[in-house]
Amino acid sequence: MLTDELVDLSRLQFAVTAMYHFLFVPLTLGLAFILVIMESCYVLTGRQVYKDMTQFWGKLFGINFALGVTTGITMEFQFGTNWAYYSHYVGDIFGAPLAIEGLMAFFLESTFIGLFFFGWDRLSKQKHLLVTFLMAFGSNLSALWILIANGWMQDPVGSEFSYVTMRMELTDFWAVVFNPTAQAKFVHTVSAGYVTASLFVLAISSWYILKGRDLEFAKRSFRIAAAFGFASACSVIVLGDESGYTVTESQPTKLAAMEGMWETHPAPAPFTLFALPDDATRTNRYALEIPWVMGIIGTRSLDKEIPGIKEIEAENRQRITSGVKAVQALEILRSKTADPAAKEAAKTVFEAHKADLGFGLLLKKYISDMNQVTPELISRAAADTIPKVAPMFWAFRLMVGLGFAFFALFAFALYYSLKDNFTEKTWLLRWAVWFIPMPWIACELGWFVAEYGRQPWTIYGVLPTHLSVSSLSPASLYSSLAGFIGFYTLLLIIEMYLMVKFARQGPASLGTGRYGDTPFAAQAATVSPGTPATRHPSDF
Amino acid sequence: MIDYLTLKFIWWLLVGVLLVGFAIMDGHDMGVGTLLPFVGKTDAERRVVINTVGPHWDGNQVWFITGGGAIFAAWPLVYATAFSGFYWAMLAVLWALFFRPVGFDYRSKIANPTWRNTWDWGLFVGGFVPPLIFGVAFGNLLEGVPFHFDETLRPYYTGSFWALLNPFALLCGVVSSAMITAHGGHYLMLRSEGDIFERSRKAALGFGLLALAGFIAAGFWVQALPGHVITGGADPAALPNPLDKTVALVAGGWLHNFQQHPLLWSVPALGITGLLLGALMAWIRRPGLAFIASSLAMTGIIGTAGVAMFPFVMPSSTDPASGLTAWDAVSSHFTLGLMFGATVIFMPLIIFYTSWAYKVMAGKVTLDFIRANDKKAY
Repeated sequence: MLTDELVDLSRLQFAVTAMYHFLFVPLTLGLAFILVIMESCYVLTGRQVYKDMTQFWGKLFGINFALGVTTGITMEFQFGTNWAYYSHYVGDIFGAPLAIEGLMAFFLESTFIGLFFFGWDRLSKQKHLLVTFLMAFGSNLSALWILIANGWMQDPVGSEFSYVTMRMELTDFWAVVFNPTAQAKFVHTVSAGYVTASLFVLAISSWYILKGRDLEFAKRSFRIAAAFGFASACSVIVLGDESGYTVTESQPTKLAAMEGMWETHPAPAPFTLFALPDDATRTNRYALEIPWVMGIIGTRSLDKEIPGIKEIEAENRQRITSGVKAVQALEILRSKTADPAAKEAAKTVFEAHKADLGFGLLLKKYISDMNQVTPELISRAAADTIPKVAPMFWAFRLMVGLGFAFFALFAFALYYSLKDNFTEKTWLLRWAVWFIPMPWIACELGWFVAEYGRQPWTIYGVLPTHLSVSSLSPASLYSSLAGFIGFYTLLLIIEMYLMVKFARQGPASLGTGRYGDTPFAAQAATVSPGTPATRHPSDF
Repeated sequence: MIDYLTLKFIWWLLVGVLLVGFAIMDGHDMGVGTLLPFVGKTDAERRVVINTVGPHWDGNQVWFITGGGAIFAAWPLVYATAFSGFYWAMLAVLWALFFRPVGFDYRSKIANPTWRNTWDWGLFVGGFVPPLIFGVAFGNLLEGVPFHFDETLRPYYTGSFWALLNPFALLCGVVSSAMITAHGGHYLMLRSEGDIFERSRKAALGFGLLALAGFIAAGFWVQALPGHVITGGADPAALPNPLDKTVALVAGGWLHNFQQHPLLWSVPALGITGLLLGALMAWIRRPGLAFIASSLAMTGIIGTAGVAMFPFVMPSSTDPASGLTAWDAVSSHFTLGLMFGATVIFMPLIIFYTSWAYKVMAGKVTLDFIRANDKKAY
């Protein structure tokens, strides 16, 4: 029996493990390319400091990467363990990008990360740089395939339901790959990763500069982070806008919830900057609106309407009514006892109402016998199609606000880097240090909007979340959820401890003897090229 | 495009290739993890052991991830039914694997002996538990798994976790664990010297012979198990629907394929010869040949289980008609073709750059290397 308790627990476990996984992914995506930039500087200039930068930031990269891998395995298996019906129903499409991700990207990234750490003395400079690049390329390619899979959950193109096999089947692979929703999500997501990593490097470098230590190392790191971060912040905003545009096209419900649009406004719709959306009365209180802006962002036109929540819900009621017929016909088609004539008739009905099958399945949350459907149940199912507005509205605005704050921070950082007086701007350095958790918050909010905003579907318009789960006992779910939370909390504490420890030690942790807590001038005087690698044998 | 039936068979072979690839590649570093606390007596020795697989464990682990992904894409019903049915077994594998990335990367970052010792045992768990559970899972497949489908093809598993731990399945677990550990021992001999080499050699010999005894015992035992035979219903080339067929249970049925095609006896023979040769090569201190022999042995052993059950891949003990086969648990014709194409393109590339990575890192890991690379090595 698929109880609400089981469904909610399965969702909670997925949300916890996925959001936890995404604490580590963005830094991997971005820092990998920052390492490529730093190492390229090393190969081009031959200056030791760039090699040290690559190795030190690489050390922090490794600490983060370990947990990214750990938590990533969970994601690969959780579809099967906890979302068995989902896996059966869409595995024909959804499994393909996941498997291709492994073959094309994850092997690449994981093979070359070993050589990145251990190949320094065995590879030429150029070959090592190539290794670092392939690692970065692999990790970003990996994100591409995952987001193609996720994009298909939001906008299920290139596929068709088969009643013989009782599942969705792939009809057009390239439509799935070049799904605009997937492509927009991919570029937006990796840009967010680049912003995260840039801010990470910027903040830690700023901290060294504020402490007056390892200045040459920190200044170079700061400049690279400022330039890469500025470009990334621009791209995250532009591509976020693109992502918003594809949502208008493919997921009107999500857009309406994000924007708190209860009514369909005559085009072009205004953008609500601030409001208190009220799910009970279906109105916004204290709304502060900017005319035209939403219509322009959402439709890139002045005359296209954006449907409001009430209109969408009314439309969905129609689709559910039609979907009931599809489900009834499907049951006859799947029946072993129905006679051929009845099957033939059911086939015609099914073809006519197939597009609304998913909407009919929404009712399975309430009843199993489709002949018992009442108008009241249809209204309940239609109301279910609208996610809660207030959390969507605020999560989205907070994310966008943070995006613009990153833009401002990196703009200043780049400007003063170019003027070469950023070390004097202590307000900027402090801003960077205090802002270090913000990109993670923005990333998680973005995923919240994307996934919570897709409810009540796992595959938008095709498969309700309620039907997607494995038939497990709630007791199993309570135990596994507790296990995950316990394990993950412990691992996070260990990871944070190491991250902070090595960030505080700074480049001195490389044990080259070139860095330390001593002021820079004194430090420069003590540098000798032949310092043995084991200068602090007692440290380790 | 290749016809559907042929593609279904190709995918049965490819899943086998991925499992064997996993056993050879991830298997050797899991074997190293299992042996770690025993062949490394001091901290420096343990670091030698860890660094023999340090640059490679992550790439090797992708065999496991990709295996999971490929089963999802090619056999979605198997992925759905097995992973949700074996819920706690899968979580045990997953949680054991958690110790590996952090164990490898974090262990030597802090000098505290308790910290390091804890991670060493973590790496042991990460190396020992997954092969053991996979063996137990294979044993349960051979015995039949208690599951059935409803008319919408929703899988229901009706067994318990503890029922998985029955004597035959545990024997399969021992075979799996022992062959992986012996394989890890061969790899360690190849990459180490002195005391670690000698201890690994002893372990490889012992576990190789244990795997051999277990494999032969399981071979006799399997004759007493009810084998599943398709008696009618579904055409193998048809659109997949596992509920269309009828299935009978026949005592000794898992030997039918061997009896009908005697050439197939070469598969278990490869398992036995490989294990014997592996032990012999370890005995005469030829670790390279021993590693190849244990790779062949694992091919034979995994292949034996596959061939015995063919075309079944996940038989059901409670509702035999629900049992999943290579014909009816599969993806659509289009997806199978697509995934076959992707595998043909990328698998040679993966083998190419993985070999290159091993070549770059080739040679023995020594205590001197650890001393000289105190901060860089794992």
